[in-house]
Amino acid sequence: MQYMLIMRSNDEALAASQEIPFEQIIEAMGKYNESLVQAGVLVAGEGLSDATEGFVVDFTAEPPLVTDGPYGETKELFNGFWILEVASREEAAEWAKRCPLGPGSKLEVRRIHSTEDFPADNEWIKKEEGWREEAARRATTAERA
Amino acid sequence: MTEGTAGRGQDATRRAVAAVWRIDAARVVATLARYTGDFGLAEDLAQEALAQALERWPDQGIPRNPAAWLTHVAKRRAADHWRRQDRQAAGTAALAHDLELNRFEENQPPWDPDEISDDVLRLLFTACHPVLSEPARVALTLRVVAGLGTEELARLFLVPVSTVQQRIVRAKQTLAEAGVPFETPPRAERGRRLASVLGVIYLIFTEGHTATAGTDWMRPELSREAIRLGRQLVALQPDEPETHGLLALMELTAARFPARVDATGAPILLADQDRRRWDRGAIRRGRASLQRAQDCGRGLGPYALQAAIAECHAIAPDVAHTDWRRIVTAYEALELIAPSPVITLNRAVAVAEASGPQEALAIVDGLAGHGPAGHGPAGRKGGLATSYLLPSVRGELLARLGRTDEARAEFIEAARRAHNARERDVLLAKAARGGSPDRGAQ
Repeated sequence: MQYMLIMRSNDEALAASQEIPFEQIIEAMGKYNESLVQAGVLVAGEGLSDATEGFVVDFTAEPPLVTDGPYGETKELFNGFWILEVASREEAAEWAKRCPLGPGSKLEVRRIHSTEDFPADNEWIKKEEGWREEAARRATTAERA
Repeated sequence: MTEGTAGRGQDATRRAVAAVWRIDAARVVATLARYTGDFGLAEDLAQEALAQALERWPDQGIPRNPAAWLTHVAKRRAADHWRRQDRQAAGTAALAHDLELNRFEENQPPWDPDEISDDVLRLLFTACHPVLSEPARVALTLRVVAGLGTEELARLFLVPVSTVQQRIVRAKQTLAEAGVPFETPPRAERGRRLASVLGVIYLIFTEGHTATAGTDWMRPELSREAIRLGRQLVALQPDEPETHGLLALMELTAARFPARVDATGAPILLADQDRRRWDRGAIRRGRASLQRAQDCGRGLGPYALQAAIAECHAIAPDVAHTDWRRIVTAYEALELIAPSPVITLNRAVAVAEASGPQEALAIVDGLAGHGPAGHGPAGRKGGLATSYLLPSVRGELLARLGRTDEARAEFIEAARRAHNARERDVLLAKAARGGSPDRGAQ
């Protein structure tokens, strides 16, 4: 089963990270990532750039409204994720606990849906699989081009 | 607190301990094996430490660094063991010294992946040592490298717990009697030993999706364990093309799992699978692994070639739009490096799609001893001699060529040879239909 570890940090964590040499943070995170790779559990993972570079598309308005910067009044910013393939919920929790993060940071752990979670004959599920396939085919074509 | 909630709390701790063990077993056992120089003893000590954890952690909580705790406890047990053995030799003195220096620290830093990876690699090579039988290699690898418990192994292989326990005990005895050292194999043996590791992982994978025992057609948990081991091996041996080839083959094969059985659990042939249900993420990862195998620049081995064939299927929208010529080429290469009648038969099936049934029939007749190429010794048929596959494929080709009576005879022969009732029914139905063509029966 696959889980997503969603990293959120608040101002306290961001301020604290300014105090620690960047090299040290990179090394600790690098070792953590390497242990995930060596254990054969890491499927994907990315860090996100500064939230102020981002923007939000809000569907409350019609047409949707685009605003600069992070989402709403949030105190915790989403700034990275891992996708792990593990044997159990407990294993996902154990890996999450080992992440080198400090006060003010949180990992939200969510299970990723698999196709078995849905009835195979649902027409919308089939359509979504069709879209995924189409997207994958387009990506393949682009790779070859 | 009622008994019920206490039970639940205990159960939660047990599951958490099992999770810790899944993560740390390989590193704990590997560290202990290097430390004691004795694989069997290391495994025993690790199990004792785990038992102690199951006793203590429900009350004390799980330590901040569980692996360090387990290793520390196991090393103490090693000291006790040596004392009991009255071996006051250098080993004991060194150990006592080490325990003195490395007093257990709750806040010890976690494993350094650079330091531990060589030990885990040695562990994998030892568990897959050719001196062991295949079932022993499989059991030992899942136990010490993947950190599966005896009960879990028994459940996955549908055998009693006592059978698994005996298998592990005997395997450790065999290693001890053969004097297998805990080391990375010397250069001269390296290729053969790596082949054994790859073979064990692939065996675990295929056991998961062809299920030779029991009623379920697939046990995807076993296949997932194999993929996880494959990913571990890739991290440990990134310069070996076949480690990437094997991982690619497993990812690309597993990508089809969601489409491989129908609602009643019956298998669906590749040609009839709903390809929209294939796992696109697994296909992407498998293709990336295959690319890495190619990037090693030493040609493709048997696993990578099979992965290349699986890739042709994975990226094709249907049977008609599959690159059968590339598949034929891959089978030709496979026949050169790992010749077998089954590979030749598979090539014939691909040739039928790429160039038509007439050319394919000539290959199959060569195997079956019907045509001019069939004057070789009967042994050439190898594993195919008694299998239903040969007459089944021959019947299919004859049917496509409109040679209905001959096709029917082949299907009846195939049905006679089939072990599985479901297969037999399908073949008899084909015979009854007068051998009307069916496609892509692989």
